[in-house]
Amino acid sequence: MTKLESKIPEGPIAEKWKNYRDKQGLVNPTNKRKLDIIVVGTGLAGASAAASFGELGFNVKVFCIQDSPRRAHSIAAQGGINAAKNYQNDGDSVYRLFYDTVKGGDYRAREANVYRLAELSTEIIDQAVAQGVPFAREYGGTLDNRSFGGALVSRTFYAKGQTGQQLLLGAYGALSKEINRGSVEMYSRREMLDLVMVDGSARGVIMRNLVTGELERYSAHTVVMATGGYGNAYFLSTNAMNSNATAAWKAYKKGAFFANPSYTQIHPTCIPVHGDYQSKLTLMSESLRNDGRIWVPKKKEDAEKIRKGEKKPTDLSEEERDYYLERRYPAFGNLVPRDVASRAAKERCDAGYGVGPTGLAVYLDFKDAIERLGRDAIETRYGNLFQMYKKIVDDDPYETPMMIYPAVHYTMGGLWVDYELQSTIPGLFVAGEANFSDHGANRLGASALMQGLADGYFVLPYTVQNFLADKINEPRLSTDAPEFEQTEKGVRERLEKLINIQGEHSVDHFHKRLGKIMWDYVGMSRNKENLEEAISMIRDLREEFWKDVRIPGDIHDVNSELEKAGRVADFLELGELMAKDALEREESSGGHFREEYQTPEGEAVRDDENYMHVSAWEYKEGEQPQMHKEHLEYKDIEVKTRSYK
Amino acid sequence: MNFTLKIWRQDGPKDKGRFEKYKVSDISADASFLEMLDILNEQLVDKFQTPVEFDHDCREGICGTCSLYINGRPHGPDEAVTACQLHMRHFKDGETITVEPWRATAFPVIKDLMVDRSAFDKIIQAGGYVSVNTGSAPDANSIPVTKKDADLAFEGAACIGCGACVAACKNASASLFVAAKISQMALLPQGKVEAKERAEAMIAKMDELGFGNCSNTYACEAECPKEISVSHIARMNREFLNAKKDSEK
Ligand SMILES: Cc1cc2nc3c(=O)[nH]c(=O)nc-3n(C[C@H](O)[C@H](O)[C@H](O)COP(=O)(O)OP(=O)(O)OC[C@H]3O[C@@H](n4cnc5c(N)ncnc54)[C@H](O)[C@@H]3O)c2cc1C
Ligand code: FES
Repeated sequence: MTKLESKIPEGPIAEKWKNYRDKQGLVNPTNKRKLDIIVVGTGLAGASAAASFGELGFNVKVFCIQDSPRRAHSIAAQGGINAAKNYQNDGDSVYRLFYDTVKGGDYRAREANVYRLAELSTEIIDQAVAQGVPFAREYGGTLDNRSFGGALVSRTFYAKGQTGQQLLLGAYGALSKEINRGSVEMYSRREMLDLVMVDGSARGVIMRNLVTGELERYSAHTVVMATGGYGNAYFLSTNAMNSNATAAWKAYKKGAFFANPSYTQIHPTCIPVHGDYQSKLTLMSESLRNDGRIWVPKKKEDAEKIRKGEKKPTDLSEEERDYYLERRYPAFGNLVPRDVASRAAKERCDAGYGVGPTGLAVYLDFKDAIERLGRDAIETRYGNLFQMYKKIVDDDPYETPMMIYPAVHYTMGGLWVDYELQSTIPGLFVAGEANFSDHGANRLGASALMQGLADGYFVLPYTVQNFLADKINEPRLSTDAPEFEQTEKGVRERLEKLINIQGEHSVDHFHKRLGKIMWDYVGMSRNKENLEEAISMIRDLREEFWKDVRIPGDIHDVNSELEKAGRVADFLELGELMAKDALEREESSGGHFREEYQTPEGEAVRDDENYMHVSAWEYKEGEQPQMHKEHLEYKDIEVKTRSYK
Repeated sequence: MNFTLKIWRQDGPKDKGRFEKYKVSDISADASFLEMLDILNEQLVDKFQTPVEFDHDCREGICGTCSLYINGRPHGPDEAVTACQLHMRHFKDGETITVEPWRATAFPVIKDLMVDRSAFDKIIQAGGYVSVNTGSAPDANSIPVTKKDADLAFEGAACIGCGACVAACKNASASLFVAAKISQMALLPQGKVEAKERAEAMIAKMDELGFGNCSNTYACEAECPKEISVSHIARMNREFLNAKKDSEK
């Protein structure tokens, strides 16, 4: 049985990363050229890692699904990136960022990893600025900051509502520089459909060329996966259409443990669902909660009239509005963490105070901010978000409050990794949203960009090198090896099986049904009965899918229906594991809220005695997966009930 | 709402291609253009026909993947949006809508409405970055940048690389795309060091890849979903001339 070794270095928390680097193995420049690294994914984590490996002198091959590495899902991140620079002199520090992140994650993250993340955060900003990332600045020429949920300081760096775009283009620039130098080879429009294992280690991948449909083999000394999150298991989410779990799921089936699959983040401020043809949900950045105030009508009658269109929100006086976050959480107000804000919105709507045609919406109002700061200031801060809202909803948020509702946004769970970001498969490293590492049960806003870039620029270049230091005598592996042959055969057979079903229903038909089960039963609020029901419904749906899906077209051609089918087939398995993990975790922590475990006021109740661990699931062919526990210890932070009152 | 769609179908790069007509009905005015295409594709799957291939990913107007030429305009009739953010309320009920891929020598069609835009990546690889390695950066606040320059640089940096500028230009020039990057970098102290080499290398690459010349019709600015101004082209030209002068010295 594999044992979970987190490999946390010796020493006090503030010296662990330094101690690691002082003792790690290094590879000399001549040997680096003989060592190959595969990087799957070109989001913030993958692009920054691949560029940095190239700079060090390794041979790198990097892959992405999109037609260009610049289009990875990270491009859509809006609000900002955290760093403990304390440029605002408002009391920030590495420790405080560490503290906020562990607390925000409801004491379910590994202390040493989070500390390292907080430490590295400052270097990310330096790196990005040196690359020409145009962060927002003050008139004096220095960098500006804003606040995000779960923090009492202003530590978020931003570039309008397009921070992800600017950071990704910075990393893409670095990657392009290395491609030009010849150290990195880029393969776009490729999808990893399996991991190739040789003697128990990750040694290659099988890719489908999405233009020709052909299967391709690539070998290397190590594989890094930075393939993003699995929020699209819910069908509707804020993730890009191509975001998927396939690479991670294949690795799971080859022996990489999947950690905390049930920890998903439902983001409080998204544009509400408006029709069943809808393909995705649009986020309205958390940064809006710096200036926007969230409310619903105090009286049910008013809510009802608004829903029927008989009253407008602007008709309601101050006294008739319930700023419920400010009321319930006076210390943090509108800037409580996401899980808390989402549940509070759901609570109000379920109680009958929701607005919008469906009653599933609350207001995010900028009236006071516009009065205080002027329309121009608001436009400078959030111009592109207001424009996006207006285009989608056909309503002007400068005049009437925005309507928002929670939506699936991010997955804290992912492949289990140790301190070096290595999974339970030797030679397989996992970075960015695809791993489970730093956010515990709930991620704070502006911390995913930080984590992806910390992993890629500043952690993997050290830890992967340490791994490769033992491989300098290992020759390159031919892709004619039987392991490649075998794995490719498996992939081909599965594609053929899918396309030959020729059933009655489209891939989206099944994806939408899965999404509904996940949202209703494994969403914002969960209970034992519903989770058991969900597991059996997902099993039935999966069986139906494999009998009845219809995929037109050819395997050896561009075929987006076939691409989607493979991903949905994996979501249909992962969905079950998510429900199983949620069922097994009999407590409420972070984004995982079990109705059985709450206070009379509806606040989450953790069970530290029994659940202060990471649940890491091991795949067992033909059997139920086996759960392993990584116990979490907190030596540098006092474990408390999370309170934002 | 009901629509007739006249859509470009092309089996592969070598196929000649043709328009085909489809009907869609009961489309919500609030559906996006791509959601309307999703509905069409569901219909085609129902009828055992091959769905229309088109590129898309974020559906929020930021990744630059969607690339549809709708009724003779890149990204269609609405101002300052990509096709994924275009909503059906901008069309008339019963209208016939023509949908084509980007048309440019440097962007060959892969299938149906999908084109190959890797030429854009090659231009960036030629020099569209600051040559700074990981770990060698000074403190971010050590070099102040005026807010004006930072904001102007941001305008160029906002380019999503969709290629609408090329599709809109009668010469299929990539000038606005290239200028947005050159200008962003030239405005920032971090990018100034390599400004001349960058301008020369990127412009040479653009010419080599078969993009046309700029003849100042400004169709690119008019169709850019991010409203990037042609003033960046003027800045690029200045950078380029400076570089030329220097190399002639
Ligand atoms: C709308 C939105 C706004 C956000 N705003 C913020 C914010 O303001 N601040 C913040 O910190 N976080 C934000 N986030 C979260 C953050 O953007 C993501 O968590 C982060 O960008 C993920 O980066 P990544 O590198 O791990 O993966 P991604 O950016 O998702 O990249 C995944 C890469 O893997 C590739 N890939 C995937 N599967 C395969 C496969 N099988 N084969 C080959 N390639 C594959 C993809 O092509 C892609 O290149 C936001 C998220 C959303 C959805
Ligand atoms: S799909 Fe991303 S810009 Fe349209």
